[in-house]
Amino acid sequence: MSFEFLSTYGQYFINGTAYTVGLSLMAVLFGLIVGTLLTLVRRSKIRPLAKLGDAYVAIVRGTPLILQLYIVYYGLQNMPMLVAAVLAMTFNSAAYISEIIRAGIEAVDKGQWEAARSLGMSSGLTMKNVILPQAFKNILPALGNEFIVLIKESAIVSVIGVHDLMYNADTVRGITFKPFEPLIVVASIYFVLTYSLSKALQQLEGRLKVSD
Amino acid sequence: MIEVKNLQKNFGTLAVLKDLNITFEKGQVTVIIGPSGSGKSTLLRCLNGLEKPTKGQVIVEGEALGITERALDHTREKMGFVFQSFNLFPHKSILENLTLAPIQVKKESPDIVKMRALSLLEKVGLSDKKDAYPSQLSGGQKQRIAIARALAMEPEWMLFDEPTSALDPEMVKEVLELMKTLAEEGMNMIIVTHEMGFAKEVADRVIFMDEGRVVEDKCPIVLFENPAEERTKLFLSKVL
Repeated sequence: MSFEFLSTYGQYFINGTAYTVGLSLMAVLFGLIVGTLLTLVRRSKIRPLAKLGDAYVAIVRGTPLILQLYIVYYGLQNMPMLVAAVLAMTFNSAAYISEIIRAGIEAVDKGQWEAARSLGMSSGLTMKNVILPQAFKNILPALGNEFIVLIKESAIVSVIGVHDLMYNADTVRGITFKPFEPLIVVASIYFVLTYSLSKALQQLEGRLKVSD
Repeated sequence: MIEVKNLQKNFGTLAVLKDLNITFEKGQVTVIIGPSGSGKSTLLRCLNGLEKPTKGQVIVEGEALGITERALDHTREKMGFVFQSFNLFPHKSILENLTLAPIQVKKESPDIVKMRALSLLEKVGLSDKKDAYPSQLSGGQKQRIAIARALAMEPEWMLFDEPTSALDPEMVKEVLELMKTLAEEGMNMIIVTHEMGFAKEVADRVIFMDEGRVVEDKCPIVLFENPAEERTKLFLSKVL
């Protein structure tokens, strides 16, 4: 095995890593926004709307990401592939994040809701000022896990031609006629990314516990 | 004036309140006593809409409670509620616990609210804790803050749901002392409690409830010294 190709093609891996991390970060951030809205919709008193939200989550969780990516990319004509990738991953992660937020909200003591409401705060004000800030603390670790999952799952966007880590690894394999070694390189990069993130997350979790 | 008319509350098949009719007048401290499961906490929670009546209604100052959510919120501004389990906001400082609702709900200027909150903290004897967080406080301190938080909305009524039941014995007194001060200042109070000594000393009126009904409704001297009903005598003989 020889990794000499890195001196020539190393930039491919660096660029690919930037794409992968950037894409996952965007998906988790947009997913957080859409997921929060989705959760509020699912908790709304307007039943059909809430049901629609539930159905959305069920469908997204019940179909493969690669299929969702194809549907977005080929369904919406003339969509730049990067935008399609971000959209597909956002709408996918929003469903999972909505489940995370729902669990986080349900974990907040019901007395908090009652205390805020008894002070005359509306359900909206209570959500914004009392419930969500506390739920956020509950969901932060799970959100970090979702980010880690997205880093791995985002490899799927290479199939529509986004120049992420996986795609660039294939490119290097083609240029160098080395089918194996570039895979070891990307595997190491994925592992270092996810492992160091999960370690950082553990640290953060520990610190959040202390502040309780 | 708060009127309770034909109030009935079921939890599933269990009837917790059975056709209650009570009127709470202003200028009075009313204490509600009774055994566990008698419905006294449920009654109190119906008064500010934390529980929705199965039948009947609660009328506050002539207006039926909770026609719309907004009307309910508006009525709640005038009715402070103190919980057994304090329910302070753990992610807010003590001062923020007091100022949150007046600023958000009544849209008062933050400076004015802060001044009022600081004077309330002084009143409950916890000025030095204004920047602390609820987790740093003892149970008695938490409950005094919870009372101050309710008072920060400048309510016309204060409802207390077993405010000392979750406290260590040595902390009960500081909370009762504060409630006594409020009573002396003329606050309209409705208190669910097991503290019979407090009821005797502070209440203008004591309601004894059992199995979802009002058994006796008298001034404390009469009810404690000379109860009319057998059920009241039995209860008092166990708790006094």
